[in-house]
Amino acid sequence: MTIADLLAAPSELTDTASSKTAIVLMTRIRLARNLDGRAFPGRAKAAQRAQVLAACRDALATSTPMRRAASAAVEELSDLDKQMLIERHLISRELGGSTGHSGVVINREQTVSVMINEEDHLRLQVLRSGLQLKKAWAAIDGLDSELEERLDYAFSPTLGYLTACPTNLGTGMRASAMMHLPSLVISGQMERVVRAVNQLGLVVRGLFGEGSDASGSIFQISNQTTLGETEEQILQRLGSVLNTINEHELNARAKLLETDAHKLLDKIGRAYGILQHNHLLSSSEAMNLLSLLRLGIDLGIFPAAARAVVDRLLIECQPGHLQHAAKGTFEPGQRDVLRAGLLRSEFANFAKPDFMVVGRN
Amino acid sequence: MLARGACQRAVCRYGDSIIFPPMPSPLKCSLCPQPATVHLTQIVDGKIHKVELCESCAQAKGVTDPNGFSLADLLLKASLNPGPSAAGLRCEQCGATAADFKKQGRFGCPRCYGTFQELLAPLLENMHKGVTHIGKLPRRALARKSLYDRLTKLELDLTEAIKGERYEDAARTRDEIHQVKLSAAPEVPPEKR
Repeated sequence: MTIADLLAAPSELTDTASSKTAIVLMTRIRLARNLDGRAFPGRAKAAQRAQVLAACRDALATSTPMRRAASAAVEELSDLDKQMLIERHLISRELGGSTGHSGVVINREQTVSVMINEEDHLRLQVLRSGLQLKKAWAAIDGLDSELEERLDYAFSPTLGYLTACPTNLGTGMRASAMMHLPSLVISGQMERVVRAVNQLGLVVRGLFGEGSDASGSIFQISNQTTLGETEEQILQRLGSVLNTINEHELNARAKLLETDAHKLLDKIGRAYGILQHNHLLSSSEAMNLLSLLRLGIDLGIFPAAARAVVDRLLIECQPGHLQHAAKGTFEPGQRDVLRAGLLRSEFANFAKPDFMVVGRN
Repeated sequence: MLARGACQRAVCRYGDSIIFPPMPSPLKCSLCPQPATVHLTQIVDGKIHKVELCESCAQAKGVTDPNGFSLADLLLKASLNPGPSAAGLRCEQCGATAADFKKQGRFGCPRCYGTFQELLAPLLENMHKGVTHIGKLPRRALARKSLYDRLTKLELDLTEAIKGERYEDAARTRDEIHQVKLSAAPEVPPEKR
């Protein structure tokens, strides 16, 4: 299997069968690992990086989860490939920009990806749709234990897994959930949520403030600290915070419907109209409109089956995927035309909204 | 469900970033002489820490990229200020210096953790929930460590035996060392140290 085959296939995120969850779109866990006695990628010479790349690719090729995986050196990937892999959260921007002897191995289902010679020798990542911290941990723990049989990890009994940056030291684990929080954004509560989450040693990523829902009201929440707790403790802490945020979002939705229903329904209805009839659409506007549609689905205005379509479009309207589908390279202005065309055709036959379900019209 | 009491009691050492919208400001970027347009505020242990960045540094640090941004890294670099004793250190294995660590916020190799121990210890306290690893243990790496310890002891025994002219003991110890070395050979041979 090649990366090109992989990119032509649906991913965990674009898979139509997997979008059942309303608020948590995706769970990810990554582990940072390094080989003992070798300079970290940032300091290693080309020959050393080449050795590490070969050793890691060999070890991965014989591991159970990666047996039929696609494997490539970063140099073999086109800019478009890299961009699509980034949009699917399978590689980082840093790996995409790396030069010389870096690689990526991705399983067929696109749920496990391993970056080699990124900031650390190995960055293992497991990705699951919805909120699945336990399953994601079980999967990544298994892969890690298998690799450890074949590779000599840099490990200290007191400091744990040794990483290039001490912020990842210890477990080397970063667990995160991607959450869709439109009502908290609309009702201006996001900053408060961020503060509260910060107090618990967790991170919320996402720019906000001016035009605060610029990213489609999608936020990533992850653990900040990696040392001094077990993996289970970290996951448990994250899990309970995610549940709390989930409840706050649901409360905010109820409150908006109670106090400002017309305003909310108007936003959703307009988003639907624009998606059906637009001719020029930037990436961030598309994200915002799709975010409102997704909220409409959660509220029952559109059928639940439509959520999978919206989740797929959130990825497909990204620049890399758009250009891949159109088989060419296009300037941002041209991409806005392509994006508009894609969404117009997708929404031409989209389910009609039923605003009566929320009890008002 | 998270108990509210637990939230408030939980110790936050390394809280997080709150990104405020750009606003006109005479402040200078923390990393270069440009005027700062991005203002980050972090709450650590209830204290507010601020970082000012210009547009290009913010971009370079991934502050504008929701996927790649780590305020921890940024603050780490800003807070690194090695004392005179640590400043002269250099890692035997990879040649990284305290200045390299200060500049990049990254170590050069696993051995650096031993070399720059003193520099690191106070940082870890602020960075993490604890300073000791209590998570997963890699069986193989630990087995290797115990083999290494055994080898060190055997080599000491060998030297003693030769010194004491106990040649039978020496031969037996030498064979044992050979056996231990065979069983410990990693698939990826470490570079010469």
